[in-house]
Amino acid sequence: MNDNYMQQTGRIFDIQRYSIHDGTGIRTIVFLKGCVLRCRWCCNPESQEYKIQEMTVAGKKKIIGRDVTVAEVMEEVMKDGDYYRNSNGGLTLSGGECLCQPDFAAALLRAAKENGINTAIESAATLPFENIQKLLPYLDTYLMDIKHMDPRKHEEFTGKPNTRILENARKVAESDVELIIRVPVIPTFNNTPEEIRQIATFAASLPGVEQLHLLPYHRLGQDKYTGLGREYLLDGIEPMSQSYMESLLEVAKKSGLRCQIGG
Amino acid sequence: MNFDTSPIKKTARIDRLLDAFYNAKPEIEPARAELITESYKATENLPEVERKSRAFEHILDNIPIVIRDDELIVGSTTIKMRGCQTYPEFSYEWLEAEFDTVADRKADPFNISEDAKRRIAEADKYWKNKTTSELATAFMDPRALRAINHNIFTPGNYFYNGIGHITVTYWTVLGEGLKGVIARAEKEMAEMCVGKADACKRRIFYEAVIRSCKAVIRYANRYADLAEKMAQSASGERRTDLLKIAQVCRNVPENPAKSFHEACQAFWFVQQLLQLESSGHSISPGRFDQYMYPYYKKDLDAGTITRESAQELLDCIWIKLNDLNKCRDAASAEGFAGYSLFQNLIVSGQDRDGKDVTNDLSAMCIEASMHTGLPMPSLSIRIWNGTPHEILVKAVELTRTGIGLPAYYNDEVIIPALMNRGIPLEEAREYNIIGCVEPQVPGKTDGWHDAAFFNMLRPLELTFTNGWEDGELVTVETGDVLKMTTFDELYNAYKKQMTTSIALMVNAINAIDYAHAQRSPLPFESCLTDGCFESGKCVEEGGAIYNFTGPQGFGIANVADGLFAIKKLVFEEKKYTMADFKQAMADNFGKGLTPLDMEHIVKTVCAKLAKDGREITPEVIKAVYASAAASKQLPKERVDFYEKMLDDIEALPKYGNDIDEIDLFARDVAYTYTKPLETFRNPRGGIFQAGLYPVSANVPLGAQSCATPDGRLSQAPIADGIGPAQGRDKLGPTAAANSVAKIDHLIASNGTLYNQKFHPSALSGPKGINDFITYLRTYFNRKGMHVQFNVVSRETLLDAQQHPEKYKALVVRVAGYSALFTTLSRSLQDDIISRTTQANNF
Repeated sequence: MNDNYMQQTGRIFDIQRYSIHDGTGIRTIVFLKGCVLRCRWCCNPESQEYKIQEMTVAGKKKIIGRDVTVAEVMEEVMKDGDYYRNSNGGLTLSGGECLCQPDFAAALLRAAKENGINTAIESAATLPFENIQKLLPYLDTYLMDIKHMDPRKHEEFTGKPNTRILENARKVAESDVELIIRVPVIPTFNNTPEEIRQIATFAASLPGVEQLHLLPYHRLGQDKYTGLGREYLLDGIEPMSQSYMESLLEVAKKSGLRCQIGG
Repeated sequence: MNFDTSPIKKTARIDRLLDAFYNAKPEIEPARAELITESYKATENLPEVERKSRAFEHILDNIPIVIRDDELIVGSTTIKMRGCQTYPEFSYEWLEAEFDTVADRKADPFNISEDAKRRIAEADKYWKNKTTSELATAFMDPRALRAINHNIFTPGNYFYNGIGHITVTYWTVLGEGLKGVIARAEKEMAEMCVGKADACKRRIFYEAVIRSCKAVIRYANRYADLAEKMAQSASGERRTDLLKIAQVCRNVPENPAKSFHEACQAFWFVQQLLQLESSGHSISPGRFDQYMYPYYKKDLDAGTITRESAQELLDCIWIKLNDLNKCRDAASAEGFAGYSLFQNLIVSGQDRDGKDVTNDLSAMCIEASMHTGLPMPSLSIRIWNGTPHEILVKAVELTRTGIGLPAYYNDEVIIPALMNRGIPLEEAREYNIIGCVEPQVPGKTDGWHDAAFFNMLRPLELTFTNGWEDGELVTVETGDVLKMTTFDELYNAYKKQMTTSIALMVNAINAIDYAHAQRSPLPFESCLTDGCFESGKCVEEGGAIYNFTGPQGFGIANVADGLFAIKKLVFEEKKYTMADFKQAMADNFGKGLTPLDMEHIVKTVCAKLAKDGREITPEVIKAVYASAAASKQLPKERVDFYEKMLDDIEALPKYGNDIDEIDLFARDVAYTYTKPLETFRNPRGGIFQAGLYPVSANVPLGAQSCATPDGRLSQAPIADGIGPAQGRDKLGPTAAANSVAKIDHLIASNGTLYNQKFHPSALSGPKGINDFITYLRTYFNRKGMHVQFNVVSRETLLDAQQHPEKYKALVVRVAGYSALFTTLSRSLQDDIISRTTQANNF
């Protein structure tokens, strides 16, 4: 990485402060734009395209996406620097898929480490391992999505098979970064006890992995599809009851991992 | 850790008392009005302080008393639970005018029987031209009265009522008993040199003190008698309870408290009777966990109480604090909505040496609020850098129940803020909070906190109308805004409107202050306030050691956002002109004129017609109204223009999003209130100091304010507290808190108020609690003074509006205090719902 990493540019679409569900302590999430997957349940559909888009929000047109330097992002992020330091919190990169902009993502993480704060990424690990490698030196926690163990079903619901994800998961597990597996639990896709059991078993087989988070499906992204002029493919699907989620949690716990509902 | 925070089980007695509480509808009773009038009729021509003490004595000897089912702590001001007495010596006309509406009004309704109306009206006849409010009006400069009529500020609180807003030396009553106070008064009289200039007046004061204390002792003995009598026909546990009550009331408050139970009862008589004497609100127990602790510890060590039995006594006191009630005039009731008496009780913090003094009782007070789930006391907690984590966890567990308690206060700001007012370090460390958010030294201070509401939006409106409104000059001419060529010209004009308005407010407040000194010196309150014995003067006459006056300004967010919008859009980007803004405000941004806008137009036109010699008949007013309404139909282009203008205003940076440019400007705007104010003095020898908070008056006083340049529409609520305007903070709780912390809280030594609403999901689990504590501590590290939380989901509040019957016990934070949500007016409910929820995405 060049020494001028603070001037590295990238494309983001949101910065969310006081996030407490995606890593330790109080955090700020920077959402990078662009993703290689097209998950049907995606609650941030405006994150998928790399190009800058227009979305209708509450009746008004809004531009989604802006190009920024690492320095500009860090100025925003470090406004909460004392909250991070008091809670072992920090910066989380999300998206989209932050691995789609590996140099920018790595530069952001490096800048965060220079500021002495914790770093995490939320990522589906669908890109070549070289992209991940660029980030690892500056990364404390990798929150990795594993959505399904069946490559065909994975491809049907996300647009890509899971082969590379599972390979990458093992390689990250072998690094000294903390790896936490997260499963978006989606009715009609992966919410049977057997499907959850398979994912949990795989996660438990990864060296060093201790935690698994089940993230229940919600519909908060639905209006955004309308705002983008897109069809919401999961229309009509109801979120699961708390008691059903708890029954899946029991299944997951059998893997021996520390499991929880939500991040 | 040398204190225990573990939960304690609530007893069945407390559940029964709570049921009785929820089933009681507030009602006005006539006994006190009749008794004080009888006494005053018999004491004409005696010195005022003597008359007060004789009236107090007459009331306490004769007012009907009651011991309610299940009570352990006794002393009720009314026969019915949650009832109230009236206080005609302060004001009465408003109540008679509202006799037929008070039971059905939106904010804080009270039942009143026809019999009570008749008896109160009969008593009130005597008070014509004898009240503090009438005398206050006589003292007021006509210009100050005019400014009140134009709603620039509202000093209604003390104009209509007693002062209250004090913490007395409860520990004196616990430690030496009223017997001790009487002995000191006798000693002062005996040793006083009769030739001293003020000796005659002093003697009257000490005699009034002795008479008042003896009356309180007799009052307690009336309860002892009643309890004994009731015990004769009671059986089982209740008989034991009643005999115990009798025994306790025989000993306290006359003698020093021998047990925790006696300390609780002595505390309660003082707390109850201060309010019966004064009609004031915000009579605040203060550092209850500190002065009660020795009695708790002694009994616990001796094995005469358990944590559980002590907790039950605390819970009983908590319910009694909610039993007391007060009927205010309809306008004030909206400003202090929710039947609140603002009895602020604060736990934890440091002692005078700077050591942390969190103890078992600190935690048990929090537990009592969990058990009762009621708005009183206004429970508060002092936080400093050395506050133990465990007590914060306990406090946040209470916060998480959604009742808006406790409020959190920052020692690291308040102690230096008090020292900046001349209070020595050791005393500043002993501070407590009065009412909503007002810091002061307990037992030594007459703070006149809450002296008036100052609406910072009104001087902004007057800047645009050159000080004129409704055809008269209200403040001062500061020039035609259309001729202003720089932002500084405009800002200076606003500052001049502010200083002029502030001076008018000071005049009005001081007039009321003189009226209270003359007509309402209170000997019982004064004998429990340090300084009064030495000076031989009542609190109202300046007898306390520290004297302040603290009126509160509010509307910083709207003024800052509005002036900033003009700065950017007119003077920097030149997208709009001053004329555009002036017209947009007059046209309410094309959103239709409100009744308030129409009223101003009609009054202005009529004033002009009158000046031209026309007689203003109802027909003329009607015609003016019709023509004004017709001429205000805006063409579509104009409406579209305003729509674009509102979009452009909205796109600008707003206070509350951690953007230095606007936040530091807001800091400067706050100084336009805080700095001029502190140059003024009050008649008691103290200075004025600013508070920055609106209680709940941001809604009713918003309804008195036309559109403002920040895009706030006419009659819409003003920003709440020191926080961002409703819905304009878009970056979450840290960004909003960072912005708020950029205001200079240290200069606002009468208190600042920051309301923050959290979605329940943000406080779930141990991680939620710990992150929340970090949030709180970090806001305090950044020199925030106060913060309070509403943790209730929007869905719950909307449902409670639809189905109030299901939510009788839903308590929410209003502004510096909590209230039962379903008792609030619809507009205040809406305002609470619209304050930003700082929820988390998934």
